[in-house]
Amino acid sequence: MLSLMLAIPLVAAITCLFVDARTARWTALAATLINLGLGIQLWLGFDIGGAQWQYVERAEIFGRFAWALGIDGIALMLILLSVFLMPLCILASWEAITKRVPLYMAMFLMMEVIMIGVFAAQDLILFYIFFEAGLIPMYFIIGIWGGANRKYAAFKFFLYTLLGSVLMLVAMIAMIGQAGTTDIPTLLNYDFPVEMQTWLWLAFFASFAVKMPMWPVHTWLPDAHVQAPTAGSMILAGVLLKMGGYGFLRFSMPMFPDASGQLMWLVFGLSMVAVVYTSLVALVQGDMKKLIAYSSVAHMGIVTAGLFAMNQQGIEGALIVMLSHGFVSAALFFCVGVIYDRLHTREIDRYGGLAVNMPGYAILFMLFTMASIGLPGTSGFVGEFLSLAGIYEASSWAAFVCTTGIILGAAYMLYLYRRVVFGELTKDDVRAMPDLNAREWSIMVPLAAVTLWMGVYPESFLAPMRGDVATLVARVAPARLPSDAQMTAGRPVVNSAVGHSAGKAVGESH
Amino acid sequence: MNADLALVLPEIILTIGGLVTLMIATFASDRAVTAYQAAAVLTLGAAIAAVAATMGNPPATAFMGTVTVDAFGGFAKLLIYSASIICILIAPRFFAGQMRGEYPVLIVFAALGMGMMASARDMMTLYIGLELNSLAAYVLASFMRTDGRSAEAGLKYFVLGALASGMLLYGISLLYGFSGTTGFDGIALAFGGDLNMGLILGLVFVLSGMAFKISAVPFHMWTPDVYEGAPTPVTAFFASAPKVAAVAVMTRLVIEAMGPAIAAWQQIMIFLALASIILGAVGAIGQKNIKRLLAYSSINNVGFMLIGIAAGTQAGVQAVLTYLLVYLVTTLGAFLVVLNLRDQDGQPVESITALAGLSERKAGLAAALAVFLFSLAGIPPLFGFWPKYLVFEAAVMANLLPLAIAGIVASVIGAYYYIAIIKTMYFDDIADVRWDGHGPLFERGLIAASALWLSVIGYLFIQPLAGATARAAAVLF
Repeated sequence: MLSLMLAIPLVAAITCLFVDARTARWTALAATLINLGLGIQLWLGFDIGGAQWQYVERAEIFGRFAWALGIDGIALMLILLSVFLMPLCILASWEAITKRVPLYMAMFLMMEVIMIGVFAAQDLILFYIFFEAGLIPMYFIIGIWGGANRKYAAFKFFLYTLLGSVLMLVAMIAMIGQAGTTDIPTLLNYDFPVEMQTWLWLAFFASFAVKMPMWPVHTWLPDAHVQAPTAGSMILAGVLLKMGGYGFLRFSMPMFPDASGQLMWLVFGLSMVAVVYTSLVALVQGDMKKLIAYSSVAHMGIVTAGLFAMNQQGIEGALIVMLSHGFVSAALFFCVGVIYDRLHTREIDRYGGLAVNMPGYAILFMLFTMASIGLPGTSGFVGEFLSLAGIYEASSWAAFVCTTGIILGAAYMLYLYRRVVFGELTKDDVRAMPDLNAREWSIMVPLAAVTLWMGVYPESFLAPMRGDVATLVARVAPARLPSDAQMTAGRPVVNSAVGHSAGKAVGESH
Repeated sequence: MNADLALVLPEIILTIGGLVTLMIATFASDRAVTAYQAAAVLTLGAAIAAVAATMGNPPATAFMGTVTVDAFGGFAKLLIYSASIICILIAPRFFAGQMRGEYPVLIVFAALGMGMMASARDMMTLYIGLELNSLAAYVLASFMRTDGRSAEAGLKYFVLGALASGMLLYGISLLYGFSGTTGFDGIALAFGGDLNMGLILGLVFVLSGMAFKISAVPFHMWTPDVYEGAPTPVTAFFASAPKVAAVAVMTRLVIEAMGPAIAAWQQIMIFLALASIILGAVGAIGQKNIKRLLAYSSINNVGFMLIGIAAGTQAGVQAVLTYLLVYLVTTLGAFLVVLNLRDQDGQPVESITALAGLSERKAGLAAALAVFLFSLAGIPPLFGFWPKYLVFEAAVMANLLPLAIAGIVASVIGAYYYIAIIKTMYFDDIADVRWDGHGPLFERGLIAASALWLSVIGYLFIQPLAGATARAAAVLF
């Protein structure tokens, strides 16, 4: 099943290279929709509470390492996120991309293969191959179809992430030498010597922190986002950033629990800086895409802090933030893309008063803005609340600092929304912009539906992951640092005895 | 004696075949290209068959231990002879009217010399093989007599090559003086005892001479000039077969003859490796000519192979052999692409700026070159990643973690110039070059096949490849 999900976009990608633009668009759409169907089947067939690893496939065809695939609930959700976003990305670039369409579609389909591969790989080397391979299509997507400064952004993206990953490769080689296996499920339960763990953890951190991205190695992200085409930004923010978080969950924490405990404050510190600093930076941006890019860094700060709280709420919350951010940031980038396609500028000041001539757009943009802020009822709230609760359990100070990020988030998002959508409709070219067309609706509506679904009934998404998160927590809990938030079991004020005696007292007074 | 002759059958085939080709080229005219080309290719093909037939045999030595026939030498010879065949076949179109019969003859004799290097188990065999190869190479470099750049390349190669041979010979004489023998086994015995200054100096001089041949920093200066000046098929040849031979013989030398002195040569290897990787990467950045750039790329890649040698383990040797194979395919593929870059007048296009927008004019060639470059950079999922992985793994397992980290970080510098060319081909505006039509089907087929193999398909053959390299590497230990 997983191999099939990898094969379909791969075959479609190769096909795309040899056909004309129109056929390439339809081939890509068909392939991604089929994969979405398969992904949903994967979800329906996933046995919650069953074996940790499901849909396991293993073929020893490479000698030194194996074609080993398999997913747990966490990987399932991230694969679903990828296959859900892909057809939307294809649709988003339906008209926006006019040059070299077949190559473009092939690159996106390759991207899908790679994303599913990263989340499904059960072999260390196979994971690394998929993880690194993602650089190549993204390099082309930014470099060929990007904005004015696309070449610089493509280089920066490529070299930054490559430098992070090669250190991880050395760590992987050391791990393989130590444990004698490349099998990820085995490595998850292998106890590396504590002093070795610290080095391995730092090497993996170098890779995932760049990918995530965490402050101070986030600087490639605003450049890459601003220059990438709309769909490129959607997939970059939607899925590629999650590879960093997935890496922390899959490798850093369960494989090096002691180091994770020791270095928890490193992550907390960087996350806190990221949340506050990048939120402030976002506040002063004049470019819409850059603003959303910085907000992504801030959200990822909450994810990393939530993960390294190392408790059930924190990790579940971080996962929901990851999923929610996947949908919401993709939607926000698409919102920018919609008006960019019409006016060809991302300057916030060039817009204003869109609520008048684009009411449908204004409503949906509002929904996603609220989801990004974390309004109750949207997916953002669930994730942020859970992760902040988790962070509070680990450290009340970290929770305090991270929460300011939410306030700042509300500030910059609402400020953006006010300047773009509200106000006087003074500019003629803005007045001439038509509202959403059918294609754009068909991209926005599914994203909006999922955002609300996750906000109202997150259990559908949490249930498959709960067991895996519990396993992870059990693995890292012994290494957790003591917390300053000394919580005790709550004592309800009105317990039965009190109620009884009070009733009695009332009775006696009569 | 008969048994000895049977063991060197490939060399005998090459000698006789080379002479026959020479006769054909002499008595037919220079325009009988097909005839002498066929003779040379058949000769090399027969030699390949002869080598392949003995691959499974246990190691054997001939001529009083001066020559050894084993799986390690066999593996190297297969690569050398195959690369030579390709370099013969791609030549006529490039030289057009200027093709002469000396070209295939010289390549066959160079291949003979390289085969001897790969089989050498005595310093004298090594030296004779190396000189046979070098003399042929000097002539090949200046093959286009009328072209100033080609003549300059030949002269530079000759002068610096002679210097390197001198160093090698001086090193050999020191080793002979202090160990009393030129045989690898005897030298290993001497290294196993007390190390004295004479042996150390001999080792340093011998390795310096070898480093020149593989163009490792600081003996790399000739490489960019010779690569740029020599005719492209000859450059393709220099970048492929002699590299295999020299790296193979260097591996055999340090492990079989200097094995006990690993502490002494390991430092040299580490220095050569890191210097080559870093200088190869940095030097390539400013290059304007694609052949010069590939020269720096070969310096860079040799550095990675040296990491495998520095490990000094069986896994390291195995990694080097894998690296050689993948490097050979990638380099030949890249040079085939360069050969196919011709403008409408049939003039070769070598400037990198002329490649701007190539992907829209010649999509296939650009895609193939992108595959080769990403592969040389070692970016997965391209197969060039795999030998790099093996080399680093061998280094980490041999407790050379700092070397592995330094090498792998330096590889990011290398990635810069590879992706810079891809940028030129894919992102830049189309350059004002009127390209020639398609090249011959044979060349395009080779380019496509090697590009496909280097994309994910190569991974499917890891197991047989690992088996072959393991058998070859086991011979040395």
